[in-house]
Amino acid sequence: MNRTATDAAELAAVQPLRPAGRSRWRGLVLPALAIALWWLLSSLDIANSALLVSPAKVFDTAVDQVASGRLWRALGASLAREATGFAIGTLSGLLLGALLGLSPLFDRIVGPSFNTFKQISLFAWIPLISVWFGLGDVAKVVFLSLAALVPVVVNTCDGIRTVPPGLLEVARVYGFTRWQTVTQVVLPAALPSIFTGVYLALIYSWLATIGAEYLLVAGKGIGNTLIEGSEHFQMDLVIFGMVVIGTVGWLMNAAARALERRLARWTGRAN
Amino acid sequence: MSAEAELSAALERHGAPSARPTLPWRRIAARLVDAALPWLLPVALLALWFAGAEQGWISPQVLPPPQFVWDTLRDLASNGDLWLHVSTSFTRVGVGFAIGTLIGLVLGSAMGLSRRLEAYVLPSFNALVQIPVLAWLPFVLLIVGIGEPLKYILIAKAALVPVALNTLQGFRQTPVSLREVGEVYGYTRRQQVLEIVLPHAVPTLFTGVRLGFTKAWLSLVVVELVASSEGLGYLIVYGRQLFQLDMVMAAVIVVGAIGYAIDRLLDRLEAAANRHRPGGKR
Repeated sequence: MNRTATDAAELAAVQPLRPAGRSRWRGLVLPALAIALWWLLSSLDIANSALLVSPAKVFDTAVDQVASGRLWRALGASLAREATGFAIGTLSGLLLGALLGLSPLFDRIVGPSFNTFKQISLFAWIPLISVWFGLGDVAKVVFLSLAALVPVVVNTCDGIRTVPPGLLEVARVYGFTRWQTVTQVVLPAALPSIFTGVYLALIYSWLATIGAEYLLVAGKGIGNTLIEGSEHFQMDLVIFGMVVIGTVGWLMNAAARALERRLARWTGRAN
Repeated sequence: MSAEAELSAALERHGAPSARPTLPWRRIAARLVDAALPWLLPVALLALWFAGAEQGWISPQVLPPPQFVWDTLRDLASNGDLWLHVSTSFTRVGVGFAIGTLIGLVLGSAMGLSRRLEAYVLPSFNALVQIPVLAWLPFVLLIVGIGEPLKYILIAKAALVPVALNTLQGFRQTPVSLREVGEVYGYTRRQQVLEIVLPHAVPTLFTGVRLGFTKAWLSLVVVELVASSEGLGYLIVYGRQLFQLDMVMAAVIVVGAIGYAIDRLLDRLEAAANRHRPGGKR
């Protein structure tokens, strides 16, 4: 139950709660003001600080990062890791979630342990993971898989459990076998919830990618760009990194959202 | 889910003929087995861990024996180190959470009450929300340094987001019928807000606060792992640096236990808040 609330808030964070109509330009006022103020402050040179970099400098850094190919290398490394971890975590999450949802016995044995495990902040595992798997890509992928696994398990299991009893009765009346019931009734009914889980897994594994690069410092990645900027007091690099991370997260949301809409249309047609 | 639906779902799961008369001892045995099942996995894992340490399958450097972890936990608790770290962490989470919740409530209700303000602020808010706490960290670090304000700001940011969004949602979901009743009675705007919108928003608001706490606790661990010289997260990093995995595991257990306890507590409070939900069944 609470899980659903978490998801709702998580999803709400990425979706305008109201369709932006005529008033769309209003949303641009604040960012425009902020950038103007930033420009003004940095050009007035009142705060003689290396930290108050000008927007132009950030732009130059961005151009440099893109042109030299460093951005693509860092982003490529991060995204490749994320994709691997996401795939492993989602697949094992689907399996575990389906088992938990379909078998009461399995749920009774594994469910409580899983719920306890879920409570421990994922990041707290990093030091242990680093001892067991080193600081390289393997450790990062293990961590990312764990990050992706949890929401998939929770939502898959939830989706299967909340299949309307009426549908199950219909399946029984028609004399469906267990296999038929699962593939033709339970799974299609649980699909939206499963999709929510996969969607959350995508977001979580992206956050975890950044986290892994922070805490398992080895190799290249967009998180390492941020750390580098922070260590060398290069505010322009830091701001650039933040914008890139934010944009990638936003793109993932937008893509998943578009896919979800298509899926909803498809299941709607099937019904 | 209604009671009937729940019942039929339960019957579905356990196979319908549960009304078959059974011998009492058999029923007791079945109930005992059912109660024991959740412990099967943890006990098996613990046994494996014990056996592995006993037989020397795994080096204690990689996985310290359980009694070693337990001793470390007791040591930390008895020499007062643990309480120092716990209280540091609590202060951080308390201050950050309080600031974040306050700003979140104000921002969320302001946006909920004024469509115009929402149109101006929400897009920027959503854009900033896309940037995770860990990406804010180096930015804030360069501006305010590595001291306590860094932790307060990041924890506050983490708590602020769900609080603001749920508050906004709570203010929005006032049923039209209730609002119409207010209009019929000629309520002023102030009365509308205080007596109709706000009471109706309370449960959603509370969900936001609860989520805010979960996020704050998560961010605390992250922030302390990355940039701290005190606190539970630091204890984990410190143990890792010394290659004392017993300390790492002890700290992870404490973090998990506190997070779990607070989650349970908020769950109770939330259930209590929901019971007083207006407009529901009385």
